[in-house]
Amino acid sequence: MKNVSLTMPVIWYRCPFLIYSSGHYRRLKILHTYIFSLISCRRTDVLLVSPWLAPIVWEGTFNRDILNAQYRQKNFVVGVATFAVKKYVRFIEGFLGSANKFFLSGHRVNFYLFTDHPEKVPSINLAPEKRLFIIPVQNYSRWQDISMNRMDIISNHIHSHWRYEVDYLYSMDIDVQMFEHIGVEIIDTLVGTISSWQYTKPRDSNSYERHPESRAAIPHGEGDFYYAASFYGGSVSEVYKLTTACFKGVTEDRANGIEAKWHEESHLNKYLLYHKPTRLLSPEYYWDEELIRPRIIRVKRLSSVRKDLQEVRF
Amino acid sequence: ELWKSFLNLKSFLFSYFSFRMIYTKRSDVLMMTPWFAPIVWEGTYNSEILNEQFRQRNVTVGLTVFLACGRSAEATGPTFLETAETYFMVGHRVNYYIFTDRPEEVPKVALKEGRNVVVLQVQNYPRWQEISMRRMEMLSYFSQQRFINEVSYLVCVDVDMKFNDQVGVEILSDLFGTLHPGFYTAERRSFTYEHRPASQAYVPSDEGDFYYAGGFFGGTVTEVYKLTKKCHEAIMVDKANGIEAIWQEESHLNKYFLYHKPTKILSPEYLWDDNLGRPEILKKRRFLAVPKNHAAIRNK
Repeated sequence: MKNVSLTMPVIWYRCPFLIYSSGHYRRLKILHTYIFSLISCRRTDVLLVSPWLAPIVWEGTFNRDILNAQYRQKNFVVGVATFAVKKYVRFIEGFLGSANKFFLSGHRVNFYLFTDHPEKVPSINLAPEKRLFIIPVQNYSRWQDISMNRMDIISNHIHSHWRYEVDYLYSMDIDVQMFEHIGVEIIDTLVGTISSWQYTKPRDSNSYERHPESRAAIPHGEGDFYYAASFYGGSVSEVYKLTTACFKGVTEDRANGIEAKWHEESHLNKYLLYHKPTRLLSPEYYWDEELIRPRIIRVKRLSSVRKDLQEVRF
Repeated sequence: ELWKSFLNLKSFLFSYFSFRMIYTKRSDVLMMTPWFAPIVWEGTYNSEILNEQFRQRNVTVGLTVFLACGRSAEATGPTFLETAETYFMVGHRVNYYIFTDRPEEVPKVALKEGRNVVVLQVQNYPRWQEISMRRMEMLSYFSQQRFINEVSYLVCVDVDMKFNDQVGVEILSDLFGTLHPGFYTAERRSFTYEHRPASQAYVPSDEGDFYYAGGFFGGTVTEVYKLTKKCHEAIMVDKANGIEAIWQEESHLNKYFLYHKPTKILSPEYLWDDNLGRPEILKKRRFLAVPKNHAAIRNK
């Protein structure tokens, strides 16, 4: 039984995947590196599907060529919402530069950059299928408020015009850089990224909000994964429902004088516990730079930028 | 059933989530294809979570079978329906769509709440291969005419089978196929694809992901409609060219799945023949071939 991993030498195959083109089949030559056996698994060290059969995206588990061929037929546009407020404007160049190179390369993406300093946005040469929209936004005195209000802003913008402009929408932190391709494997109806801090911990030591007074509270004994608020997304309608629900929780907490332990991330985790994602991204897709990368994380695709939190937040 | 005892949805959600998520990682089998279609094996999913998701959507599932059409209904019908009542989509709404040329012979089986039998009278054909292939035509016709208004998902199976273990909502997806029990360990070159270029079901010898069984496939009504329509059209073209694919509609199904990849694949647990033995990796045998009584069938 042959079992060839994606890191083995490339073997050319006549393409098994045909695309329709005005009534005729047109062969698309693609690299096909993969012969698989049903009885052996390429990655046996990590969980590949969640208990509700949502795929978990790890390096070595997917073939981007097949996915690209499927995706190209549909002519989707993907939106990315990101916020650079106050001192965080310094991260714009690194974010956009690396995203231009590595994020959905070859596919249409609209970057929606919210900032309180539009004049400080550096000019960057984007690839032809990428567009940048700079949207002025108010800043708040507390960084926690800036963070939590992102949900509200995203929800409003989806409602007012993004639902006409894009098919899928992702929210990403600005203080990140990409080092490896992030492609159409992330595209699905509701997508959460497993947090790099929480992946290996047993359930009860997770950072879920546990105080019952908060709307983000998850009772002890409950919970699937801990998701990072730094990178989530999905179809426009699903992200609208998510952001609206999370911000409602934030608002209700504020009215009661409470703030969840990890701010909007706590609310996100509650939402994704009861509205399970249809696809999960492994911590390859958001890696916290402060952590030492374990061997199960073979690729670091997107990682936070080293910074002095005290200095940049206040 | 568990879901019935919780009237308040919120308290239900909290309660069932407190169950331990018992799932084991299977490292002995392939759990997902390179295009992210999960392969459903025992131990890879949690029924409670999945049942709740589908109950929330109040999903109705259609199960299609082609009964009698030249063979004795008594040989196969009752066992199929009775075991389906015990094991198929328990707790969910089900419509059994029985295609038959002899509606009066459809067995009467006591059904649970939320489950119905719908008898659809269709034409009979002299050759069993013809009957087999015409299923595609009938499925595509009725999908458009009727099923689209009545069910969310269609599950299309052979009738000379019986359910032996749970077949539930873990199988449901936009488009799913089942690994043929005779080929799941085989290499591509042994797959019995149609290899003659003259046929519409032709698959070149260096192409092919899996060999799917013709006896268990399904998906949303729209996807099943597209699949069955395409297969039926291909079968008609072959007919006009005087060729019949080596495994009839199964060959055409395999060609379709190669170029329209399924979003979920069922392991051979979902279509098994005990004549193939009981290998270690098969933790459950959910849907089994029933030994055919050839004498009874031929004498009818």
